[in-house]
Amino acid sequence: MAEHTRAGSRWLPRILMTPAVATLFLWMIVPLVMTIYFSVIRYNLMQPDQTGFVGLMNYEFFMTDSDFWPAIWNTLVLLGSVVLITVFFGFAIALLINDPFPGQGFVRILLISPFFVMPTVNALLWKHMMMNPVYGVLAQIWTFFGLQPINWLTDYPLLSIIIMVSWQWLPFACLIFMTALQSMDREQLEAAGMDGATYWQKLWYLYLPHMARSISVVIMIEVIFLLSIFAEIYTTTSGGPGNASTNLAFLIFKQAQLSFDVGVASAGALLAVVLANIVAVFLIRMIGKNLD
Amino acid sequence: MQSSPNSSPQKLIIRTIAAWLVALILFFPLLFLAFTAFKTEGQAIAVPSLWVFTPTLENFVEVQERSNYMHFAWNSIVTSVVSTILGLLIAAPAAYSMAFSPTKRTKDILMWMLSTKMMPAVGALVPIYVMAQWAHLLDTKFILIIVFTMSNLPIMVWMLYTHFKDIPHEILEASRMDGATLWDEFRHVLLPLGMGGLASTGLLCLVLAWNEAFWALNLGSANAGTLATLVASYSSPEGLFWAKLSAASLMAIAPIIVFGWFSQKQLVQGMTFGAVK
Repeated sequence: MAEHTRAGSRWLPRILMTPAVATLFLWMIVPLVMTIYFSVIRYNLMQPDQTGFVGLMNYEFFMTDSDFWPAIWNTLVLLGSVVLITVFFGFAIALLINDPFPGQGFVRILLISPFFVMPTVNALLWKHMMMNPVYGVLAQIWTFFGLQPINWLTDYPLLSIIIMVSWQWLPFACLIFMTALQSMDREQLEAAGMDGATYWQKLWYLYLPHMARSISVVIMIEVIFLLSIFAEIYTTTSGGPGNASTNLAFLIFKQAQLSFDVGVASAGALLAVVLANIVAVFLIRMIGKNLD
Repeated sequence: MQSSPNSSPQKLIIRTIAAWLVALILFFPLLFLAFTAFKTEGQAIAVPSLWVFTPTLENFVEVQERSNYMHFAWNSIVTSVVSTILGLLIAAPAAYSMAFSPTKRTKDILMWMLSTKMMPAVGALVPIYVMAQWAHLLDTKFILIIVFTMSNLPIMVWMLYTHFKDIPHEILEASRMDGATLWDEFRHVLLPLGMGGLASTGLLCLVLAWNEAFWALNLGSANAGTLATLVASYSSPEGLFWAKLSAASLMAIAPIIVFGWFSQKQLVQGMTFGAVK
């Protein structure tokens, strides 16, 4: 019996892990191998008669595309801006609504709502009703203050996308910070107050260290979802004008769906995987120790 | 409350006004969407925007006539619910063994799982598309369920792991001492104690699957299209059909938003990923 239990406790965890590890491994490795294969052959859906091994030509084609470096840059700018905006304002809003006030519960419900909006609705809502240069709400506000309305999606396409995505993720950051703030040690705060600590000192020495882990969690989750922003770009600017709002995900999509070039798109996909890994390594270096 | 300097009357008033102002600004786009859904097309693009008007239901009727709403809603419900349940069934055992029998490699496996999620979905689009086509699964609910499950799985394992880790080991050991079988342990200890974690993980994944747009747009269209694809089909007419677009959008997001309002407490607990002890 004892023998049996020991064997069981050695094998059972592995057996329980297997479905998750195996399916995820297949989910990762099969597309990866196929992508590697596609990326070194000539494979254009419009020219099915041309096939054969082409070596690294697809990579060269993708990387020398004039949209490539702007797309990498846009991906990182989009990621960095949204993370900064949501963490900063999310923290500020969480501090603002942490202590009780009339209507706190209702304010919470209003704040959380944008997180549940699907990206396609988010994009269409902002594109038409908020940012339309003639009828949009923002144009009306600009006119009210006697300013020339801005044609957001044409003149500031990347900023427009950043606004949309931030609007969606701000509630997420805010909620996590709010929950974390609730577990702050009240007595410690009061003691610091008695000792004459200013608000900023409390913020720096008490709040921030307490929040380190939740800030890491927010950054981690946001990076995971923001590296491959797609629907917002697809439904609003289509990456334009020119390449002004094309990120890496959208550039690959353009190669696959619009140029029908599976080979080049696959090369691009592998470069995206490399970029994701570089970001992941940086991320784990930076905040990994907080995630234990 | 307690007598912290924050609760002086003036400060409370300022804080209340500021909090409401921020909340209303952030909620405003959704409010505007909801109003527009009940306007005529003419009223929808009026400048300045109308806030007092006779509401009409004609947009909802037209959306329903043009594109059978229930069909898309049903697809959304089936794909998100089934993928969530399937995901929990696969993720929970893995999270359980990571939390209660950790090895030196547990952290690495967890990080590897998360890293599969960082790969842009578009990177896997072509192979998945080709395989789905080959297996005649394009535009079926089945393929969407598989894809939603797999793309949420890393997050599910991580969330459940952080929850299970908070369950005291002693309780499990005590029940083992008492001769509890794995099934007993599962039913009487793990399930009741882990219920909160399972619920919040499930809720978050339900929301993520409901809102998933990339795979839904690329793999499902007519047959298996979810509400996300229904809304996208209203994107082409350039700004001229705001009222109908708003009605379709409202119908697509209302179920999940109301669901979110009711489950927010539970949901938030799960989303902290163990960040709050």
